[in-house]
Amino acid sequence: MHARVKPDGSGTPGRPGESTAAGPRSGAPAGRRTRVVRTAGGLSLRLDLRAVLSGALLLAVAVAATVALIGSGDYPMTPSEVLTTLTGGGTTGQEFIVHELRLPRVLVGLLVGAAFGIAGAAFQAVSRNPLGSPDMLGLSQGASVGALVVIVWFHGEPRTVAAGAVVGGVITGLAIFLLAWKRGVHGYRFVLVGIGTAAMLYAVVLYLLTKSTLYDAARATLWMTGSLSGRDWSQVGPLAAVCAVLVPVALLCARPLRMLEMGDDAAAALGVRTERVRITVLLVAVVLVAAGTAAAGPISFVALTAPQLARRLTRAPGPNLLPAALMGAALLVGADWAAQRLFGADQLPVGVLTGVLGGGYLLWLLVAERKAGRV
Amino acid sequence: MSRLTAEGLTLAYDQRTIAEHLSVAIPDHSFTVIVGPNACGKSTLLRALSRMLKPAAGAVLLDGQAISSLPAKQVARTLGLLPQSSVAPDGITVADLVARGRYPHQGLLRQWSAEDERIVQESMAATGVAGLADRYVDELSGGQRQRVWIAMALAQQTPLFLLDEPTTYLDIQHQIEVLDLCATLHEEQGRTLVAVLHDLNQAARYATHLIAMKDGEVIAEGAPSDIVTADLVGRVFGIECRIIDDPESGTPLVVPAARRPREAAAAASATAAATAGP
Repeated sequence: MHARVKPDGSGTPGRPGESTAAGPRSGAPAGRRTRVVRTAGGLSLRLDLRAVLSGALLLAVAVAATVALIGSGDYPMTPSEVLTTLTGGGTTGQEFIVHELRLPRVLVGLLVGAAFGIAGAAFQAVSRNPLGSPDMLGLSQGASVGALVVIVWFHGEPRTVAAGAVVGGVITGLAIFLLAWKRGVHGYRFVLVGIGTAAMLYAVVLYLLTKSTLYDAARATLWMTGSLSGRDWSQVGPLAAVCAVLVPVALLCARPLRMLEMGDDAAAALGVRTERVRITVLLVAVVLVAAGTAAAGPISFVALTAPQLARRLTRAPGPNLLPAALMGAALLVGADWAAQRLFGADQLPVGVLTGVLGGGYLLWLLVAERKAGRV
Repeated sequence: MSRLTAEGLTLAYDQRTIAEHLSVAIPDHSFTVIVGPNACGKSTLLRALSRMLKPAAGAVLLDGQAISSLPAKQVARTLGLLPQSSVAPDGITVADLVARGRYPHQGLLRQWSAEDERIVQESMAATGVAGLADRYVDELSGGQRQRVWIAMALAQQTPLFLLDEPTTYLDIQHQIEVLDLCATLHEEQGRTLVAVLHDLNQAARYATHLIAMKDGEVIAEGAPSDIVTADLVGRVFGIECRIIDDPESGTPLVVPAARRPREAAAAASATAAATAGP
């Protein structure tokens, strides 16, 4: 196949204060720097350079954090040792430490981060609200109720707790969906129903905690904080399978989801089946969040912050699903590394750190929105 | 000939019925304007014609087939809509927004063909926003923004183009700008336009085919010069008026009757009260 690559788009004489890249316009309609790839077979793609670069950057950060995380612990390893071991050239001891102890933990972190990031972006796009993420709208709380029921009432083992979290998350997702449904899902209604559900489910969580023994309560609290410590291959497998199926489905919905930003009428006029897209995307997001929460607990704020940070990095309109997934993965693994390293001997569960980061993010969002005159 | 028709429509929001047994045919290559008082069902009819509202009974036919049974993207290649309100995504440029009009012609593997590029350029040129291509939509004036939205709908390349109150919220200068643009699209590109307008005089000036509605019924339809009479305006809008020739265009111009002085009105109502008294 004959491929032709043509640079296109150039100047961005956009907002005052932004640097304007000079260059002749080559008949390109895009104000952003884009690159068009067309082949004789009729394939044509338009890539936004900034979005591609942002994605590459996030990927690099995630890989770096992965290597750093694998290298840290009671038996520290240099990055080159880590890479050598990953490619099969390490000593037996290194092999064991990397493959059995540390790699599964990092993989769970990457997958959960990506799942939360993409689910957060999907929820925010459907609710048309930067605060409309799964951890704000009751999904995390629902998964917590499911997990706590198993811990407190049945004293179940970790695998049953995970199953309980999946069931709790999915049931909550469907319930919010049905309650918010009125001739379709509408952003505002969806957010209000979600926030109400979150509050009620949190009350159930507190009730379960009061009814638990001290030992179960400690277990439950640790689970709810969210942690990656002690994760092994048995968590990686199911999570990887869920992501392998659902992430592509979500990405296939990215184009119509982007159209929905303009309002239902405008999207429908362009041939988007608005309700079908929304339902698909929400179902995918609910299952991704439930699976991620089952593996690592309801790690707070990743789903809320990753899509927004990704969006500010790419500066591209639209839900930015893929950048959000990469940002989530980089954020979670980076936070886990920081939680292990920054506080000396005191290793924190990653959820504590993301909670602090998320709170800071909310304050920053408030300031930024205020400057833009939206609050 | 009419590619777009509605037959026996019953239109309702929840339990509230807006119209029953409503049938219209949009003449091909016309600039059809739907007028009527508030809540007469004109926007509801347009929503049904553009498949945004599913009729409770009856059907909207596009080329003889029920519009609800056709694939969404296929309809979107034939029939475009400028909704009453749309949201420009944060930080989107004019060119990117107009490019979204190509969505029904694109697919996963065919995202940005040379044809897409050409048509987006042409649409921006036709609406006079080519010079704004790299500007952010949220920093434009209301009139410019409306032209950008129209450019997006043009890029959809549909022979039929529906506009729901395209001049609402615009000042008079921008209203004329948008209507002139519509007239040009109709004349030069031969597209069939259907618009809902509030201003009867603008409707009479720009429309080639006028549909006057009241209480969910079509009261009259035809060329403005044939159907706009003082009697019709009285029946549809409930006002007294005179119809004169528009000195600019020769189309009918509705001049509402001047308000009667207060004493005369008071005297008239006093007389009326006396005669109606016990």
